[in-house]
Amino acid sequence: MSHVTSAVRTPLITGGKTYADVTEDISRQVEGRPTREWTIAFTISVIVLIYGTACVFWTWWEGLGVWGLNKTVGWAWDITNFVWWVGIGHAGTLISAILLLFRQKWRTAVNRAAEAMTIFAVICAASFILMHMGRPWLAYWALPLPNTFGSLWVNFKSPLVWDVFAISTYFTVSLVFWYMGLLPDLATIRDRARSKVSRYIYGAFSLGWNGSAKTWARYEYMSLILAGLSTPLVLSVHTIVSMDFATSVIPGWHTTIFPPYFVAGAIFSGFAMVQNLMLIIRVVFKLEDYITVEHIESMNKVITLTGSIVGVAYLTEFFIAWYSGVEFESYAFINRATGPYWWAYWAMMTCNVISPQLFWSRAIRRSVVWTFTLSVVVNIGMWFERFVIIVTSLHRDYLPSSWAMFHPTLFDISDYIFSFGLFFTLFLLFAKFLPVVNMAEVKTIIKSSSEKLPVSVSGVAKGERVANPTFNKDVD
Amino acid sequence: MSDVNGSGKFLVGIYDDDDVVLKAVRDVKKAGVRIHEVYSPFPIHGLDVALGHPRSRLGIAAFLFGLSGTLTALTLTAYTESFDWPMIVGGKDSYSPVVYVPVIFELTVLFCALGMVGTFLVSNGLGPTVKPLMYDLRTTDNKFAMAIDLSKNNLVEGDIEQILKNSGAAEVNVKQF
Repeated sequence: MSHVTSAVRTPLITGGKTYADVTEDISRQVEGRPTREWTIAFTISVIVLIYGTACVFWTWWEGLGVWGLNKTVGWAWDITNFVWWVGIGHAGTLISAILLLFRQKWRTAVNRAAEAMTIFAVICAASFILMHMGRPWLAYWALPLPNTFGSLWVNFKSPLVWDVFAISTYFTVSLVFWYMGLLPDLATIRDRARSKVSRYIYGAFSLGWNGSAKTWARYEYMSLILAGLSTPLVLSVHTIVSMDFATSVIPGWHTTIFPPYFVAGAIFSGFAMVQNLMLIIRVVFKLEDYITVEHIESMNKVITLTGSIVGVAYLTEFFIAWYSGVEFESYAFINRATGPYWWAYWAMMTCNVISPQLFWSRAIRRSVVWTFTLSVVVNIGMWFERFVIIVTSLHRDYLPSSWAMFHPTLFDISDYIFSFGLFFTLFLLFAKFLPVVNMAEVKTIIKSSSEKLPVSVSGVAKGERVANPTFNKDVD
Repeated sequence: MSDVNGSGKFLVGIYDDDDVVLKAVRDVKKAGVRIHEVYSPFPIHGLDVALGHPRSRLGIAAFLFGLSGTLTALTLTAYTESFDWPMIVGGKDSYSPVVYVPVIFELTVLFCALGMVGTFLVSNGLGPTVKPLMYDLRTTDNKFAMAIDLSKNNLVEGDIEQILKNSGAAEVNVKQF
């Protein structure tokens, strides 16, 4: 393996790509006609979205009585789905911000699609907030508006209000971060465009970018600060989501371990979703040279780590429930594992704690089929985790006469399906009309992380390159 | 922002490699030529220093915008919760700053991010109706361009062209705006 930086490191880009190859490979799917696979997938997504939208409107028209909620279980699939989607939405910002600060170069090939996924997942999550309000036209009551608008000032001491601020800030900042990252690539597409229409549209969205040294210097500086801002932001979002539960007095929710445990779970499920999407994208768009087995393995390592943190959190919760000597707390946890919802609890345990441990094997970690399957399993498990936390903590009320079970109705299921239609419609539109890999960033790592350096990339002799001390270093 | 209102006649040296163009900047400057700007498809570390661009002050802007977010959140929570309509919730004082930390943090981040990005766009003259000044269309693909403003240089065109070629330029073109 001829390698410029270090023979120890495995290359991140294979196939001896030049700068021009990167532009060509990534722009191809934006400029070409939609493929048959894309058209089929998009059609299915739109049909699902239309069906789901009709069901959501019916839910609003009839009222939340169409869901299976009852007096005891007042939160079920709605909040489960909300937390699940918000959790998935954590991977994008983690990849683009935290891994940027940690100088993880493999992030360059996957950050664009992961950030897009984040934005769409947060939109899906927000749709459940609107749904569970029952009267979405009064959603603005969650904003701090003067009392003359019909309600009192919002209660700033409530975690639900913190959530409004956290989710909306997270969505806005992620969107801005993603769009700023797109600017140079939109300019590339603009300058290659043959038709007037696409030159006009990509021209308008690229905001007149021309890649001058001054702009790049400021751009890099801005990206670094945005990453610094997004890092605590992404951790704050699921922390605050967990406080929706942790600040209550319901046994099973009233736990100080929730914030770190929720954040780890969010990263866990987010990376699993990124794996699912990237494994499809790399085959459909023929990007195997950019999204390599190294990338898949790196993400599987993150999944193993966060999955293990989640596992430790489950065990800690159980231990503390017993060790605290609080009967209600102990009962809540024993009931989770052995009560009427035992199957949900053990589905969660199997999918989240046991099966990801298979990734300790290098062969499984580097297998595309295993990765895809286990990632689906992880996301099933993480859905069950939220279901277990929410429903099993509620279904045994203080008075045994109030004990109840939750049975999902057609509309519980259809409103969940709606979010899949929405997510995949948005993601497929993104995958067709925007470059799915950040071309400008990938070009910056070609020399240091390419399998073999093509002669056409450089006018400098190879010996000179190795001898040049500034070449292998990141000079900020 | 000299590149935003560029006009006149430019000599554009086209380079194939980022390391070559970085070295060329030093060589060309040493030969006494004033460089207008360098254009590249991706950021080149050290290029802004080599060109003599001042360090970006975006960090100061970001801090001030962040501070404005903090103050907004402090004012908003204090005004609504303890002045306009005081309420005691959960036995806490009507003004309990610790409970407002999440809101204060989120608004700080929001104001900081939006303000900084806005400053970035304004300071670089970027916007949806801006027509980009491209010295060579290939600089968003795989080429690196060094633009020399002829009106700001005393050397004759032929000499500058030779200096650019000696510094490693694959081609030298004339661009008129």
